[in-house]
Amino acid sequence: MSSTFKNAILFDPSLRINVKGSIVTEGGKILEVLKDKNADSGKVFDLQGQHLMAGFVDLHVHFREPGQEHKETIGTGTRAAAAGGFTTVCCMPNTNPVNDSSFVTQYIMEKVHQQGVVRVHPIGAVSKNLEGNAMAGIHGMIQAGCVALSDDGKCVMNAYLVRKTLEYLKSYGIPLIEHCEDEHLVGRGVMNEGLVSSQIGLRGIPHAAEDVIVSRDISLSEHTGGPLHLAHLSSKGAVESIAHAKARGLKVTGEVTPHHLLLTDESLRTYDTSFKMAPPLRTEADRKALVAALQSGVIDCIATDHAPHSEEDKDVEFECAANGIVGLETAFSTCYKLVERGELTFERLVESLTTSPARIFKFNDRGQLKAGMLADFAVVDLKREWKVDSSKFFSKSRNTPFNGWDLKSQVTQTIVGGEEIFNIEKGICL
Amino acid sequence: MNLSGRSLTDISDLSREEIVFLLTKTKSLKENSRGDLPSPRGSGKSVALLFFEPSTRTRTSFEMAAFRLGFRVLNLDATSSSAQKGETIYDTAKNVEALRPHGMVIRHSGSGIPLQISKLLKIPVINAGDGFHAHPTQALLDAFTIHEKFGKISGLNVLIVGDIAHSRVARSNISLLRMMGAKVKVCGPPTLIPPLATELGVEVTDKLDDNLGSADVVMALRMQMERQSSFQVPSLKEYTTRFGITEERLGLVKKDAIILHPGPVNRGVEIMSVVMRDPRCQVIDQVENGVLMRTVLLEEFLGAPL
Repeated sequence: MSSTFKNAILFDPSLRINVKGSIVTEGGKILEVLKDKNADSGKVFDLQGQHLMAGFVDLHVHFREPGQEHKETIGTGTRAAAAGGFTTVCCMPNTNPVNDSSFVTQYIMEKVHQQGVVRVHPIGAVSKNLEGNAMAGIHGMIQAGCVALSDDGKCVMNAYLVRKTLEYLKSYGIPLIEHCEDEHLVGRGVMNEGLVSSQIGLRGIPHAAEDVIVSRDISLSEHTGGPLHLAHLSSKGAVESIAHAKARGLKVTGEVTPHHLLLTDESLRTYDTSFKMAPPLRTEADRKALVAALQSGVIDCIATDHAPHSEEDKDVEFECAANGIVGLETAFSTCYKLVERGELTFERLVESLTTSPARIFKFNDRGQLKAGMLADFAVVDLKREWKVDSSKFFSKSRNTPFNGWDLKSQVTQTIVGGEEIFNIEKGICL
Repeated sequence: MNLSGRSLTDISDLSREEIVFLLTKTKSLKENSRGDLPSPRGSGKSVALLFFEPSTRTRTSFEMAAFRLGFRVLNLDATSSSAQKGETIYDTAKNVEALRPHGMVIRHSGSGIPLQISKLLKIPVINAGDGFHAHPTQALLDAFTIHEKFGKISGLNVLIVGDIAHSRVARSNISLLRMMGAKVKVCGPPTLIPPLATELGVEVTDKLDDNLGSADVVMALRMQMERQSSFQVPSLKEYTTRFGITEERLGLVKKDAIILHPGPVNRGVEIMSVVMRDPRCQVIDQVENGVLMRTVLLEEFLGAPL
């Protein structure tokens, strides 16, 4: 089975490709990358001058299956991913039951097989039931398909458990992903601690809650030599620690979400729970530091932390509202605003959604436009203008702070293994 | 000056002129007060009191104010009802609005709830205290009490002592007093001062003795018992040693200053009994003035008499 994607602008900053041309696929893989040339073999897609990139890779999503299927399923979550140009997503283990054993991993893989429209790789728990006390069934989970370990949603507070898990993971070469928030420093806080929290009377969470765990885990990674990946970074202090760690050649990587790149705690003044997440939105100085760190490579990649919640969980008092927002369907276009504003280069934006995340999880078969790689692509029309309308999301949940935003640039087509699975006109194609 | 139909969720909802207007109205009400006789002017009106947090003082103050206006009071003790039945706060508010009161007074432990509800409803909403955020009617009655004593607010030195971080009374007083031209200083242990407090336009100190002498108004705040179990202060005893208004400290307070407290007073913690008996202490006047101020607020915000 062969397909050709022609009249495209091929764009892969990691290989310095930015040229008109076409790509021919065969058996789900890239057969040829044709620069300044068109071909017509197999099924032909005329991209009419749009950008063709490697499919986006998201190292951090929550698909709520098993246990909270009213918020999201692997079926709806992967459709949302497809609509956002993501062809690979990694789902966090804080389901119910928690993905802390091979049985749950196998269940998820079965659901992926039945319902998934993009590639899904589960992330296993660090500790049994995310309780931070005992190691989860690491070997079985990895055998069943887990690509990393994390207690995301909770910080692993026991430093000894972090140390031992990092050591144990050296057998597999996969990272521990830390949710960096010291739970004692978070306390009952619900937003960033600063001038805004002082003015509007919500309990604050200091950036030190993140900074101390980032520093602690960097030390433990250095001590053990185990790879560490830091989830959804939010603070300037964390960025400085990572820059220092990288300068010393440590195996430390980091991700940042579109919302931390675009929003600040100023948005909280309306008490709108669409802006409530963990870690919280911080100040403009933090936001600027995050964007600069993403540009310089101190932060490796963008991850959405796609966290679906029902209206019942969000439309309550701010203190009681669930943490998190959905992000798969708006990630590229919202982050493209940073390119339009001149804060981030287009090259770096695309790299941090493709090559960089693929490298962190050692997905060596994707993330680049190169013969032999998986034929996973995102097609983007940079001139297309649209308004975010959460009621039209493929996700089951609507909890986005970007509803009503006018955006320029949109994912118009998504291809997995050479097959078109999403098209802006037709929706999900199966 | 027409405030009718508007909501009062925060001091920032009011202009300086409107605050002056409210103070003046309250003064004239006090001077011409007919005591406890209900006025026939407001008969036919009703106000719903939704208190999602225990309160005696503020609720009874609003009840008395409504009584003076001849308003009917729908008193909903919401501390246990809706939330436990699974109803959201917003559903509760919509349901109460459907009973057709002319306005709603809300107290809630969550910051921002009155603001959110005011956006949802067509009737005026008056904030009777939300979380750590705001308590505008308390700040207005405090301003009235200060103005009654000094004939002005502008230029006065106000010292607020205690748990500033967790105090909606402090936040609203800071906003209002600064708007009216007072100089506000807050005093407490650094653990109980809100982050970046100086950016709120106040001076910050942790030395009570050095600062009592220059204050025209000393406002002590209530110290919650839970603060000693959550690492805010080592003990209430230690708090009192450093920040309590004791007999010795009373000697440092100016002869013509006033001492305020939003109540209820933890005697022996924030204020000693001997201080409560001192003529400078206006805690009981505050309660009396509270009813008057709230009478004016209900009359002005809930619209002209029927």
